[in-house]
Amino acid sequence: MWLYTDTVTEHFQNPRNVGEVENADGVGDVGSLACGDALKLTLKIEDDRIVDAKFKTFGCASAIASSSALTEMIKGMEIAEAEKITNEDIADFLGGLPKEKMHCSVMGREALEAAIADYRGEKLPSAEGEVVCECFGVTDVEISRAIKESSLRSLEEITNFTKAGGGCGKCEDKLEALLRQTISEGLQMVEIDKKPTRMTTLQKIKKIEDVLEREVRPGLRLDGGDIELIDVDGDFVIVSMRGQCTSCAKSETTIKELVEKKLREQVLETLIVEEEK
Amino acid sequence: MAADKVVYLDNNATTMVAPEVYEAMAPYFTELYGNPSSMHSFGGQVGVAVDRARQQIGALLGCEAAELVFTSCGTESDSTAILSALKANPDKRHVITTRVEHPAVKNLCENLGVMTGTKYRVTMLKVSEDGMVDFDEYVKALTEDTAIVSIMWANNETGVLFPVPEMAKAAKERNILFHTDAVQAVGKIPINLQELDIDYLSMSGHKLHAPKGVGVLYVKRGTAYAPFMTGGHQEHGRRAGTENVASIIGLGKACELAAAKMEEENTRVKALRDKLENGLLTTIPRSILNGNKEHRLPNTTNISFEYVEGEAILLHMNRYNICASSGSACTSGSLEPSHVLRAMGVPFTAAHGSIRFSLSVYNTEEEIDFVLEKMPAIIGQLREMSPFWPGE
Repeated sequence: MWLYTDTVTEHFQNPRNVGEVENADGVGDVGSLACGDALKLTLKIEDDRIVDAKFKTFGCASAIASSSALTEMIKGMEIAEAEKITNEDIADFLGGLPKEKMHCSVMGREALEAAIADYRGEKLPSAEGEVVCECFGVTDVEISRAIKESSLRSLEEITNFTKAGGGCGKCEDKLEALLRQTISEGLQMVEIDKKPTRMTTLQKIKKIEDVLEREVRPGLRLDGGDIELIDVDGDFVIVSMRGQCTSCAKSETTIKELVEKKLREQVLETLIVEEEK
Repeated sequence: MAADKVVYLDNNATTMVAPEVYEAMAPYFTELYGNPSSMHSFGGQVGVAVDRARQQIGALLGCEAAELVFTSCGTESDSTAILSALKANPDKRHVITTRVEHPAVKNLCENLGVMTGTKYRVTMLKVSEDGMVDFDEYVKALTEDTAIVSIMWANNETGVLFPVPEMAKAAKERNILFHTDAVQAVGKIPINLQELDIDYLSMSGHKLHAPKGVGVLYVKRGTAYAPFMTGGHQEHGRRAGTENVASIIGLGKACELAAAKMEEENTRVKALRDKLENGLLTTIPRSILNGNKEHRLPNTTNISFEYVEGEAILLHMNRYNICASSGSACTSGSLEPSHVLRAMGVPFTAAHGSIRFSLSVYNTEEEIDFVLEKMPAIIGQLREMSPFWPGE
């Protein structure tokens, strides 16, 4: 069970400002059903001041509490002031959130930003970034910002705050590069702790497909052949040779010398590649 | 219903120690504290009591007492069984299990290379939308290289029962060892091991009203066995370490009670479960039953409430002291929902809002009525707040 503060529990049980503002001047829609949480924030704005704010949230207790807290914080605020609200401010308002739940406060801040951008008719900077985590649709702009704002120092922290890397894990290398880059930009060299993570089958399949496409297929296709991934079972990678490769006497060698070597180097050193019989 | 009364519908997570069990255990903490291995009769009488408990468990499982090894939990039993089979078949490199196993088996099978230093090919059988395995696909997966099959008897999240007796028979016909994690099944459905081809069976005390910290591994007479721990000669050298005497006595008593209450479990408890399930499915729109309705435990139901999130549901239920579980991502601490529901292809719209209710003989109709009274408003309130709720 999560240890929530009394304020989180209170806002979860008695959420303020649930609903949608009529004829909203700014709408912020973030998250998705697949991600497990989503927030729609609607604002009524007069003379650059937020006169009303309402929310609809799909998510856990801390997502609902963060949304409720956000609306309470911004009601009556000048836009210029509201813009400065960070996810840490939302978490602080609630007396803190469990670290695994920090992404709930980030979702609040993102919705606010999106609603303000919508009001101004601007495009969101984060939407212009490149999607790094495809599972949860998180862009490099969002991740770099979270790293800077919340002084994140590990992949685990990035996942806690942005969810990036919490799905298939395929983006881990990119996340690590972003982390190094963002930290070095901030001129603070800190040791990054990267734990060796165990891959799920889904992660393995994605990485293996990636390596096959990039490193193996181009060469085979030159010879009129191809390779298809049939199955991944623990450490066993079952492949099938196609085209010219099926009749090639060297296909066994190709599998062991080329495919297995590449996969061991780039995916997992314990992999064993076998041809489908 | 009294406001502070706990309505406990999370019996697949753990159960209350039965009062009779507690009573049977008590003397073994304070008065009969001797070591069963001692040469004096003060300790010896405890050894006799441990053997009696073994008989009681054997009676519930339909096996000889000598075929039972006491362990610390279901997980230890699972690991011991699977690793024993692998050691006994050093030339075989294939293991069969399912995608919906408890982590005790699933994570072990996924890490056999690390655990044994040997590479294994692991077939994880798919399940259908209602959580069942394709028997033909299972039979096809059995090969000469298969060292062990490990398939749970009843799923902890959905209660779905696999055809374990038939699966064990198919394995036996091919001389393949068969293990079943029966932690959720023991005490809820009749099991008669002497008539079955099961080689290893795991059970756990705290799922059937005995305390936490005691488990059992059944090893069919003559089946390969390799101890998990090395040390003293307890359990005839099969499991070193001083016996968890009081818990073992408790487990013996719990098995006796389970045998006596099996009928009630499959009639009254089942009727309560059905009442709860039908009530929720009819009063709450867009609610879906997860798992096969026929082949399942009498005490479990797993229902998805679309467009709302499980943790939020549980915490609202918690306000009324109603205890259950969820397969949502948020309750697990990971960002992905239950591997069981995902393996069944339950869509995200439903997986995040799944709630498992698991009953026991201690539940009453009044409690079920109370839950049925509270749930529609809880779901309704969260749906009102959900940006995805399309309305009724």
